[in-house]
Amino acid sequence: MVPLPNNDIDTDQIIPARYLKVTDKNGLGAACFSDWRYNSDGSPKPEFPLNQPQYQGAAVLIGGHNFGCGSSREHAPWALVGAGFKAVVSTYFADIFNGNALKNGLLPIVVDAETHQQLISLSSEDPNAEVSVNLEDQTLTLPDGRAVKFPVDPFSRYCLLNGVDQLGFLFGLDSTINQYEQANPARVMTSA
Amino acid sequence: MSTQVSSSSPRTLFDKVWSNHIVRPQTPDTPAVLYIDLHLVHEVTSPQAFSVLRERGLKVRRPDRTMATMDHSTPTTPRNAEGIIPVTDAMASAQLDVMRKNCADFGIPLYDLGTAKQGIVHVIGPEQGFTQPGMTIVCGDSHTSTHGAFGALAFGIGTSEVSHVLATQCLLQNRPQTMAVRVDGRLHAGVTAKDIILAIIAKIGVGGGTGYVFEYMGEAIRALSMEGRMTICNMSIEGGARAGMVAPDDITFNYVAGRPAAPKGADWDQAVAAWRTLPTDEGATFDNEVVLDANTLTPMITYGTNPGMGMAINANVPDPDKLSDVSQKMALDKALKYMALQPGQKLLGKPVDVVFIGSCTNSRITDLREAAKFIQGRKVADNVRVMVVPGSQLVKVQAEAEGLDKIFREAGAEWREAGCSMCIAMNGDQLQPGQYAVSTSNRNFEGRQGKGGRTFLASPLTAAATAVTGVITDPREMVN
Repeated sequence: MVPLPNNDIDTDQIIPARYLKVTDKNGLGAACFSDWRYNSDGSPKPEFPLNQPQYQGAAVLIGGHNFGCGSSREHAPWALVGAGFKAVVSTYFADIFNGNALKNGLLPIVVDAETHQQLISLSSEDPNAEVSVNLEDQTLTLPDGRAVKFPVDPFSRYCLLNGVDQLGFLFGLDSTINQYEQANPARVMTSA
Repeated sequence: MSTQVSSSSPRTLFDKVWSNHIVRPQTPDTPAVLYIDLHLVHEVTSPQAFSVLRERGLKVRRPDRTMATMDHSTPTTPRNAEGIIPVTDAMASAQLDVMRKNCADFGIPLYDLGTAKQGIVHVIGPEQGFTQPGMTIVCGDSHTSTHGAFGALAFGIGTSEVSHVLATQCLLQNRPQTMAVRVDGRLHAGVTAKDIILAIIAKIGVGGGTGYVFEYMGEAIRALSMEGRMTICNMSIEGGARAGMVAPDDITFNYVAGRPAAPKGADWDQAVAAWRTLPTDEGATFDNEVVLDANTLTPMITYGTNPGMGMAINANVPDPDKLSDVSQKMALDKALKYMALQPGQKLLGKPVDVVFIGSCTNSRITDLREAAKFIQGRKVADNVRVMVVPGSQLVKVQAEAEGLDKIFREAGAEWREAGCSMCIAMNGDQLQPGQYAVSTSNRNFEGRQGKGGRTFLASPLTAAATAVTGVITDPREMVN
C-alpha cells in the first residue's frame, strides 16, 4: 500500500498531457505522476512516496477523495497499471475514471471515510502493512483482520472475474441493435 | 436506482433522451445498452481504439454517424508559404498520420489540420449542425458535455468505450442520477456565462456532481445565447457531472437552423415539433437540486489548482487555517504553495505573464467578439503575451470577416490558427515554469497549461481586461 491522500487527484497529475502523443498503451508507467515524481532535470523527488524504497512494489494506492477527476484520458489507468497498481482506494471516484479503471483490471475500491483514514494512517506508518482484496466477495481485509465490503458494478465484476470483454458482449447484441436502428433512422449523417 | 416510469408520468429532459436511446434495458446484472447518435473522434484518444478494431477484424458500424477532427496535439502557429500548418513535433506528427490512416481505412469523414472546417471537436460539431436536440453524443473527451447545451445527452468516454462505439454504435451505461441546477434572476453587465459556471463549481466543488447529469434551468440560463449555454455545459465535468443539459427552445432552434447538417424543409418542421416535446415536464422530479441567484454574481476567478477553487474576482484568497476539514486544508495549502499565493491576498492587481483566449469553453465567435469589443482602441500591456486562438477555422474566417483579427493584432495580441492550444499544452503552446496566466479555458490543474505554469480561470471579458492592464482586472471597472 502506498498513501497519496491528496483530494481531487486529477488525471492530468496521473499522466500529464504531453505524454498523450503515443498511439499505443505501452510505457506510460514510467510517466505516472511524472510532475509530482520527478524534478525538471528528471531526477526523482525523494519525498514523493512512489520514489521511496519502502513503497516499491506496492499494488494498492490509497488516494484522497474524488480520485481521478478531470480529463477522460484512459491513459490514466494505463499509467497506473503500468506502474504496478492493481487497485486504488478512495471514498469516491470520478465517473469516467471509474469506468476506465474497471476496463483495465484496475479496481477502484470505495470505502467509508473512517476506513479510508485508517488505511492512510496504516500505510503511512507501516510501509509493510498489507491489505487483501477479494473481488469475488467484494471485501477488503485490513491487517487487523477486519473485512470491509465494497461496492462494484455487477457487470464489471462479472467481466473481470470471468475474463469476459465488454466489446464482445455488445457485439453479441447485433440483431437487437439492428432492430433499434430500423425503428430509429438517423437524422444526422456525418458523411452527407 | 433505475425506476420504471410510465410514459404518462412527468419526465425530465434527461429521462426522455435516455429512454429514447435504450437498445436493451438495464437489468440487475447488466447496464443499459444505449444507442449513440453521434460519435466525435480526435487524434489523442482514438488510436488505441482503432487498434482494437484491427486486432479483431471489425469494421466501424456507422461511419456515417462518426466524424473526426484534429485539435489537441495540433500546432496553432502560422501557415507556411504553401498554406500548410507545419507540425514540427515528430510524435504529434506521427499521431496525426495515424488519425488520417484510421479515417481513410474505416471510411470516417476527417476534418484534417488546416482544412476549411477543422477545429476543436466541441466547436465544430455544433457549427456543422451535427449537434441537435435529443441526440446522444459521445467523444473520447470529457468536455463532450458541451453539446448538452442543445438538449442532447452528451458525455466523455474512455478509449475502450471509443472502441465499443466504433464497433457497435452502443455503450453499456448505468443510469445516472439527475440534478437540477437552477440559476434564477439576471446577470449584471460584465458578468457572463463563464462566471455562472465558475460560481456553480465553486459552490458544489469539483466532486459535487459525481454520479449526476445536470439540467441547467432558470431565467438566467434561458436568457443565454447558445454559445453561453455551451460554455456552461462544457464545464459540467469540472463539477464532476459527466453531462449537463439545457432544454431546447427557440434560441436553440435558431442556432441549428440552416447549418449544413440541420434538417431542411418538411424534415425541419418535423424535427422542431419533436424537439419541442423534450423539455422537462411540469412536476418531474430530480434526485438533487442546487440554486444560484444570477443577480448576486460578479466576475469570478480561480485562485487554486482545480476549477472548484474559485471566488468573486474582488474577494481575497481563502485561508487554509480557517478550514476545519484536514484533507481540505491540506489541499488548499498545497494549491496556494503551487500558485505562490498568500492567504488573504487580493488577486485584483496581480501581474500576469500570459492571457489565453481560446479553448472549447470560450473560443466561439461571440467570445471573440466580446473580447475584441473590449480591446478595441486599447493596447495590450507590455508585460503580457496575449494569445487569441479561434475554436475553428470557420470561427477564424468569420472573425477575420468582421475585422476582429485586426483589432487583436493592432492591440498587440497574437491571432493564431484553430485548436486546443494552451488549454492542454501538448501542441507547443504552453506556459513556462512559474508563469501566471489568466485563461478562458476550463482547467487550472497543476501543470495543465505547461509544467510549472499557474492558471487563473476567468471569462473572456476578464481576460480582455487583464490583457489591457497586465494585471488581474475586474472588467466592470473598465466599461465605458
